[in-house]
Amino acid sequence: MENQKHNGQTPLVEMKDIQISFGGIKAVDKVSVDLYPGEVVGLLGHNGAGKSTLIKVLSGAYQKDGGEIYINGEKATINNPRDARSYNIETIYQTLALADNLDASSNLFLGRELMTSMGMVDDDSMEAETRKIMNRLNPNFEKFTAPVSALSGGQRQSVAIARAVYFNAKILIMDEPTAALGPHETQMVSDLIEKLKADGIGIFLISHDIHDVMKLCDRASVMKNGQLVGSVNVDDVTDDDLLSMIILGKNPSENKSA
Amino acid sequence: MENRITRLASNFKIDFRILGMIGALIILWVVFNSVTGGRFLTPRNLFNLSVQTASVAVMATGMVFIIVTRHIDLSVGSLLGMLGMIMGTTQTHILPDLLGIGHPAIWILTISVGLVCGIAIGALQGWAVGYLTIPAFIVTLGGFMVFRGSAWWITHGQTVAPLDSTFKLLGGGAEGTLGSTLSWIVGITASLIAVIIMLISRRKKSAHGFKVPPFWAEGILAGCAVFLIMGFVWIMNSYQLPKGAVKRIYEVKDLPIPDHAIYHGIAIPVVILLLVAIIMTVVSKRTRFGRYIYATGGNPEAAELSGINTRLLTVKVFALMGGLTAIAAVIASARLGSVGNDLGTLDELRVIAAAVIGGTALAGGAGTIYGAILGALIMQSLQSGMAMVGVDAPLQSIVVGLVLVLAVFLDITYRRKTGQ
Ligand SMILES: Nc1ncnc2c1ncn2[C@@H]1O[C@H](COP(=O)(O)OP(=O)(O)OP(=O)(O)O)[C@@H](O)[C@H]1O
Ligand SMILES: [Mg+2]
Repeated sequence: MENQKHNGQTPLVEMKDIQISFGGIKAVDKVSVDLYPGEVVGLLGHNGAGKSTLIKVLSGAYQKDGGEIYINGEKATINNPRDARSYNIETIYQTLALADNLDASSNLFLGRELMTSMGMVDDDSMEAETRKIMNRLNPNFEKFTAPVSALSGGQRQSVAIARAVYFNAKILIMDEPTAALGPHETQMVSDLIEKLKADGIGIFLISHDIHDVMKLCDRASVMKNGQLVGSVNVDDVTDDDLLSMIILGKNPSENKSA
Repeated sequence: MENRITRLASNFKIDFRILGMIGALIILWVVFNSVTGGRFLTPRNLFNLSVQTASVAVMATGMVFIIVTRHIDLSVGSLLGMLGMIMGTTQTHILPDLLGIGHPAIWILTISVGLVCGIAIGALQGWAVGYLTIPAFIVTLGGFMVFRGSAWWITHGQTVAPLDSTFKLLGGGAEGTLGSTLSWIVGITASLIAVIIMLISRRKKSAHGFKVPPFWAEGILAGCAVFLIMGFVWIMNSYQLPKGAVKRIYEVKDLPIPDHAIYHGIAIPVVILLLVAIIMTVVSKRTRFGRYIYATGGNPEAAELSGINTRLLTVKVFALMGGLTAIAAVIASARLGSVGNDLGTLDELRVIAAAVIGGTALAGGAGTIYGAILGALIMQSLQSGMAMVGVDAPLQSIVVGLVLVLAVFLDITYRRKTGQ
């Protein structure tokens, strides 16, 4: 089924045998995942399974100890966040990675400021752009001039989402993007994911919400203790299958397909 | 009531912290003036105050960036002493031998040497902090001792004098001023620029469709700015040059000695401070470098994840501090006309205190250039005022120390109340 779906296509991202350890602890141990254009791949696993660490290798926040990354079939070198951005990889971090003392637009454009013809930071244009995109993502958002420390958890998350979406990502990493969002805002993020998917963007979605994963993802990769339990087509499995993969580390596809 | 005040403040786009600082400054001035029987608020004393503030204030603007990025620089006083020695030796011993005594290029070459040394030493300390990840407290504590010792070695403890006569003008003595005509021109130009900048910013904001403060509010603000600038020029232009100094100056220039009174005008070190203040404000608010400084101070991890090279940024911030210390060394040594071993002693504490009183948070991420300069002015007013009243030196230290702690306490309380 999976092979038919992606027949002949080169994966957008292929992470092969990724390894990284912190002081002897193997946080990610020979994990391989891939992602195709227009696809949402869910990353699941218990707390500390290594999900965030794995995607931080892709976003350039961590340097891998072993393994390879291919983007569009070509070997990619990602040593820092700037490298990742140059591959059009955008990330919504679990910690949001916002500078609390700066306002929403400064955060949105951090590292990629709009400049005036005089070479000065153009705060007014950045605020105007921020208003536009926030209008789309979270119309209730109004605190454009306050430092983001003055925002609620959900509002902060909206800023982080806006930042990842604004710069025309081809590969989008979302590490628990709706953890702090209300039901309405969560629905808007779901709609957003559907829309981005239709635009051919590939998305890694880390989530603890099995229902979200079942609803939004095409495939799911499950990790346990730094290792990959397996990757499955979401249509082929039930909630309970996924749960047992997460908790017991048992891969149902080993029985079903071979 | 509270609501109305906040709305009023947001109309004016002012934060209460700066109002509080200006209020504290006015209270200090009024109290000292009444205790000294009107000797504090005279053109003469305000002129001296402006000159005495310049050196520390120049360094305080750099210290804002250091502290905003969650570092500290304890070495600036010693570095100022060492750079003063280097520049003193350059202009009195080295360049006169090469170019001849009184050569017109001596002052500018000397300053270039000072700037290069200051920036290089600052960058070296920044490299140790950023790349070797040695805490800034330790690196600059080491620098504090190394530079003071090195300053001594340069001349084996001898005072260097006399300094180049053009160089000395930068210290702001009787001759080191703009004179009244030029001061008026500078004042009017500055006022015009301030008003024009306000208008342009207003136009740009409206063009983007943002809400702008009501016109009357910005009009009053612009009026205040013009009033302050022109008031300052007026006071500096009311400080008459003593007859003897006028005679000396005009005789040197081979001009006939005028009958009418001659006035000081703005002191050159103050002009330097104002230029530094404008440039540093632009850097902090309108450049990528400035934006990255604040982002790194607010959340270093987020800055890294946004692709900012925070290590290199640390090097640049310390290099800038070194350059500003060189400028401060020029002002301080030119003012004294000689360079002794103790030049800049305790300045690191004055500079840090000025930045902190001016609202720079030691936790990082927050601080303004104008705040630090106001902080320096408050500190200097306190010291000059107490000296004028005749307070003993030990008691002066006690008061300044207590004020520093109180100022930070007020700042923390203010931040907690406003949730910033
Ligand atoms: N910078 C680090 N230094 C040391 N250990 C780390 C570091 N980052 C992660 N780890 C360890 O690596 C392991 C995997 O962590 P990771 O954050 O990837 O988990 P996760 O799957 O994202 O969990 P969660 O669902 O709680 O977000 C954990 O044991 C964690 O303690
Ligand atoms: Mg995680």
